[in-house]
Amino acid sequence: MTDRLSTKLAARLRKRHRGEKLFRLGGLGAILLAVSFLATLLVSIGVSGYTAFQQTTILLQINLPVDPVNAGYPGLVKKSLREAFPSVSSRRNKKELYRLVSSGAAWEIRNYLTDHPDQAGKTVTVTVTASDDVDMLINGKVSRLDPPQVRRLSDQQVAWIDQIRASGNLKIGFNTNFFFNGDSREPELAGIAAAMAGSFFSLIICLGLAFPLGIMAAIYLEEFASKTRLTSLIEVNINNLAAVPSIVFGLLGLAIFLNFFELPRSAPLVGGMVLALMTLPTIIITGRASLKAVPPSIREAALAIGASKVQSVFHHVLPLALPGVLTGTIIGMARAVGETAPLLMIGMVAFIVDVPKSILEPATALPVQVFLWADAPERAFEERTAATIIVLLVFLMAMNLIAVILRRKFEVRW
Amino acid sequence: MDCMTMTPTKPLSELPLAALQFAQQKPFVLQSTEREADMTTDSVSSRSPAPVEVTSVGRIRMQTSDLNVHYGDTQALHDISLEIPENQVTALIGPSGCGKSTYLRCLNRMNDVIDSCRVEGSVKLDDADIYGPEVDVVELRARIGMVFQKPNPFPKSIYDNVAYGPRIHGLADSREELDSIVMESLEQARLFDEVKDRLQAPGTSLSGGQQQRLCIARAIAVKPEIILMDEPCSALDPIATSGIEALIDDLKDAYTIVMVTHSMQQAARVSQRTAYFHMGQLVETGSTDKVFSDPRDPRTRDYISGRIG
Repeated sequence: MTDRLSTKLAARLRKRHRGEKLFRLGGLGAILLAVSFLATLLVSIGVSGYTAFQQTTILLQINLPVDPVNAGYPGLVKKSLREAFPSVSSRRNKKELYRLVSSGAAWEIRNYLTDHPDQAGKTVTVTVTASDDVDMLINGKVSRLDPPQVRRLSDQQVAWIDQIRASGNLKIGFNTNFFFNGDSREPELAGIAAAMAGSFFSLIICLGLAFPLGIMAAIYLEEFASKTRLTSLIEVNINNLAAVPSIVFGLLGLAIFLNFFELPRSAPLVGGMVLALMTLPTIIITGRASLKAVPPSIREAALAIGASKVQSVFHHVLPLALPGVLTGTIIGMARAVGETAPLLMIGMVAFIVDVPKSILEPATALPVQVFLWADAPERAFEERTAATIIVLLVFLMAMNLIAVILRRKFEVRW
Repeated sequence: MDCMTMTPTKPLSELPLAALQFAQQKPFVLQSTEREADMTTDSVSSRSPAPVEVTSVGRIRMQTSDLNVHYGDTQALHDISLEIPENQVTALIGPSGCGKSTYLRCLNRMNDVIDSCRVEGSVKLDDADIYGPEVDVVELRARIGMVFQKPNPFPKSIYDNVAYGPRIHGLADSREELDSIVMESLEQARLFDEVKDRLQAPGTSLSGGQQQRLCIARAIAVKPEIILMDEPCSALDPIATSGIEALIDDLKDAYTIVMVTHSMQQAARVSQRTAYFHMGQLVETGSTDKVFSDPRDPRTRDYISGRIG
């Protein structure tokens, strides 16, 4: 090699090394940036949401009525509070005092009596939910230094809370309301049970429809259909459908399932069907890709022994493609469980107090609940919104984990 | 599922001795008198420069007449007329792209899976056209097995690889019978001694030569009458190759074998009949000794002497 060439080469080599270094740094930077965004998101949601998992409760001495039917439960709560603070006399102060406990307290006492009928007529200690304003003060979302308009508690109320706390009658416990109640106007009573049930039912319907249909379509298109103009037209349209905004599927569901077939509004059945429409293209596309990735030699081997086409597909090709198919399905499902827009269109955006017990009862879904609560004026809904997002994220992570596990389990080593 | 695959094709199990008898018994429908006339050796010799000495080659199991194959607009085979004699190894040789693999794949209709492939002319197994409308491809492929260029065992256990064919065709009535079919096939493929302690190990864990013998065992487990081999040794080292060659030599006593090969030495070593393909045409066919020692066509001579190919 001549000198001229080697200097040229050396210069070029330096340049190449520099380029490589820059690329690596750039890649590392991109990852760090992405991780920091993700961390910011998770931390901010976690910080604002974790307090929703605990709830302040107040222990009240209640003189339970003998007759559970005609007892005035709200009166019992008020009486108990008055007895705890005998010095409160003015009508205004009494009202403020009553506002320390949730309006759901009366129901809680009734439930207590239903659960313990033998206690009727006795005076017992019942745990009732504190109002959201008290809860916010206790878990530090508002400070006692804030002006009364901001913390929504008067100085007098704060003093009472301190008094109750000092007497040991104020407890902080796990927020069962959040997980076992439906929606409510009162933040301290509101829960995601209705949304979870709705999401669960919708997902089951979606999986039940989209998985078999998607797999069948993928197998047929990939293994059986001859490559004609019609099949390529179908192929192009499936790819296009995968890119259609989800709200369009919601409109389609509204027009067909609700208006034409007159299926019940707000029902998880329709929600699941709409989500299935949305997920189908994803499942078909990933299914076809994983079928295509199975080496043709396996098909030939099976056919050459005298397996029929169906046998070669179901005995050999599909088992090899299954990990990919399952991953695609679960990713599609994860997208479906986080989808809001199409559900708005078919009425799953309702205020649902009762937890749905079937796929035909009105329900809402977790992301829709997030949407609803993010709009709510009460400040305590903010932490519940964040907590719902946490639940949703845990749900999604669990699904992805299942995808990984299934993949490992079904993966065939060559 | 296809019900045909579940029917045990009984005569297959009585091979090879009963094959002749079976072929005579089976009521085959002849295509037409015109086709019949086409099948005579005259037409074969008119297509191929070297006349085939039909009388000396034994009974003819398969016969193609005027076979033309198109892939879309390109014609891969031109008027191929060739006869495959029973219990012999017929080698198809020729340079790459000459159509020998395409021809082989016509014999068990593996070309059916290729959408653009169009086959014209007749391919007969005994006296029945295998492209006839009443022919069940699944049954046909059970009678005509195939071994591929690259060993392609299923990603399953060694046992399941061999047992798959008998299972789908319902050849075994009991677990014991299936076991014995698997053992026999592995023994026939000269693989049994090497794998007898690990029948449940994955077939893909074997070496290349063992995998190819496993594929042969898998093919013969269905008890085919004819075995097609598409360059069965081209992915193997010389030692594994000589193993497979010895095996092929063994197998020809029980099966009729058609083999595509790139290696002329291999064709000379294992085959009794050789057909030389060139540019989609059958240039010359005859006994291997004859074709190699005294080729008639200058193209064959060039190929054999190493001047082309």
